[in-house]
Amino acid sequence: MSDLPALVVAAPIVGSIAVLLAGVLRARTGWPLAVVAALVQVGGAVTLASRAFGEEPVRYVVGGFRAPFGIELVVDGLSATMVVLVAVVALGVLGYARVAGPRSNSFYAVYLLLVAGLTGMSVTGDVFNMYVFLEITGLAAYALVASGEGGRSALAALKYLIVGTVGASLFLLGIGYAYVATGTLNMADLSTQLAAVGYNSPLVQAAFGLLVAGLFVKVAVFPVHTWQPAAYAGAPDSVSALISALVSTVAAYALIRIVFTVFTVEFLLATPFARTVLVAGAVVSIVVGSALAVTQTEIKRMLAYSSVSQFGLVVGAIAVANGTALTGAAIHLVGHAVMKGGLFLTSGLVANATGVRTIDGYEGLAERLPVGAGAFSVLALGMVGVPPAVGFVGKWYIALGAVEAETWPLAVVILLSTLLTLAYFVRILERMYFREPAEASAAVETTEQRAAAGLVTDGTGTDAGLGPVSMGMRATVLVAAVLAVALGLAVFEYGALLQPTIERLLA
Amino acid sequence: MIEALADRVYYLAVFLLLGVGTYMLIGNANLVKKVIGMNIFQTGIFLFFITAAYIDGASPPLLSAPGPYVSPLPHVLILTAIVVGVSLTAVALGLIVRIYSEYGTLDEDAIAKVIADE
Repeated sequence: MSDLPALVVAAPIVGSIAVLLAGVLRARTGWPLAVVAALVQVGGAVTLASRAFGEEPVRYVVGGFRAPFGIELVVDGLSATMVVLVAVVALGVLGYARVAGPRSNSFYAVYLLLVAGLTGMSVTGDVFNMYVFLEITGLAAYALVASGEGGRSALAALKYLIVGTVGASLFLLGIGYAYVATGTLNMADLSTQLAAVGYNSPLVQAAFGLLVAGLFVKVAVFPVHTWQPAAYAGAPDSVSALISALVSTVAAYALIRIVFTVFTVEFLLATPFARTVLVAGAVVSIVVGSALAVTQTEIKRMLAYSSVSQFGLVVGAIAVANGTALTGAAIHLVGHAVMKGGLFLTSGLVANATGVRTIDGYEGLAERLPVGAGAFSVLALGMVGVPPAVGFVGKWYIALGAVEAETWPLAVVILLSTLLTLAYFVRILERMYFREPAEASAAVETTEQRAAAGLVTDGTGTDAGLGPVSMGMRATVLVAAVLAVALGLAVFEYGALLQPTIERLLA
Repeated sequence: MIEALADRVYYLAVFLLLGVGTYMLIGNANLVKKVIGMNIFQTGIFLFFITAAYIDGASPPLLSAPGPYVSPLPHVLILTAIVVGVSLTAVALGLIVRIYSEYGTLDEDAIAKVIADE
């Protein structure tokens, strides 16, 4: 199984086609096939990860064209983390989507395509190959956002498509500049060639600027985050959870790859302006993202702006550029994916059970839906960074890294970000636990009775806003909440495992 | 100055296309025109790669032709990028069809008004 790096990309694509073909024969066969594909993916990803966490990364030459001329797949600890994260989250969200929908086969085909694109971005060692996977990811994400009902999701998807395409195009232009400067596309080769060209060359600096600007759009750093709130709010709940957990996360991983594997730390040291741009992006994202999150009335939009702020932290860690901060970035990427995905699923669960999608509607939720309120609180506090949740460890490492590097403005903002995160989550926690429900709600019971009777509506029923609530949905939400805490305990060992990878990144 | 520009007329065209595309993306309220702007923007990038690969007086990279050769790799990359661009346009137009059937207009401001009235 030495072809494993290629297989983890190919398997979901094969699954996607299988789902599509099965849909021609029989409708609604997508879910079981997608689960099989996701299970295979988890197996492949874990096997691959077990090999990648070593002294040397796993290298795979595609099609026998040797690097640097052909495409190379490189899997180190960080890539392996992303591959496993993508596979596990995809499987988890499937558990939620069985009843919550969307249920068409084409949805699951695109779902698996997104998994393939994200996995490809994670394992590739070639910048143009990364662009192609970035676009596959993008296309699948646009289509998934549009799978919601009504004009709102279509409009959100179009906005996402236009902004996302501009971002990816800037990334492509950056690749063009780097290629003109060096004549190579292989990441490892680029890093030596770029150094040979010289970090003062305008071509090299422009390439860095364009690549980073393109990825900023995909990560949704303020002020190029505009696609994100509309897309997350307009998409169906399962899709919001999946893309909020994975798409920006893998884009942030790509940013780490570009900055450290392609341009290397020396470039950052030689070009203070590049570092300033990263710091500025991080600080503005953290502060403005949080401020905008506080002003939202709709729960999913608030969570979207929260993502803008949390990814500001990761960009900050990249700007700090030392081992501690990068370990923190990796941990925070994983932690954020689990917690934010979980929060979106919980908001979907609450919306299906009670029809509530606004922050004011969460008043007295603890009585009406204890499971939902409990999971939401655990995940929200994890996001704020209350120990022992994983959110705390990630932020701790990033802050510690900023202090070690003596980048004080950033260190202050990172510590402040915890308070800012608390500012927007405490509004909900207070409404859930310390206020009376606005109206007597019989809705919960009717929904639960309906679910118990095994009746499933298409979400187009007369009782507006109410949808099915299944055991799978509750279980997924609870698993996310448990993981948010459990990962926090396991994460120090993970940090140690990641050590060789981080050292190689910073070498 | 003029001479320097004349030598780089293709690069000038690249950045003209990028500018026109960006302007259409931002300045135009019509959704279809936005997609056209996106296409023009991408075309500018395609032209950049092709221009970068071209060498004056060089032959196509065939063993039977004498050197120097035009670099074939950017052409292959752009072929891929064009395919990506076509799929993006297809998805965008599909979404626009849905938006039109939902709101009855393609004008961004008019759609915003329809949403506000709901």
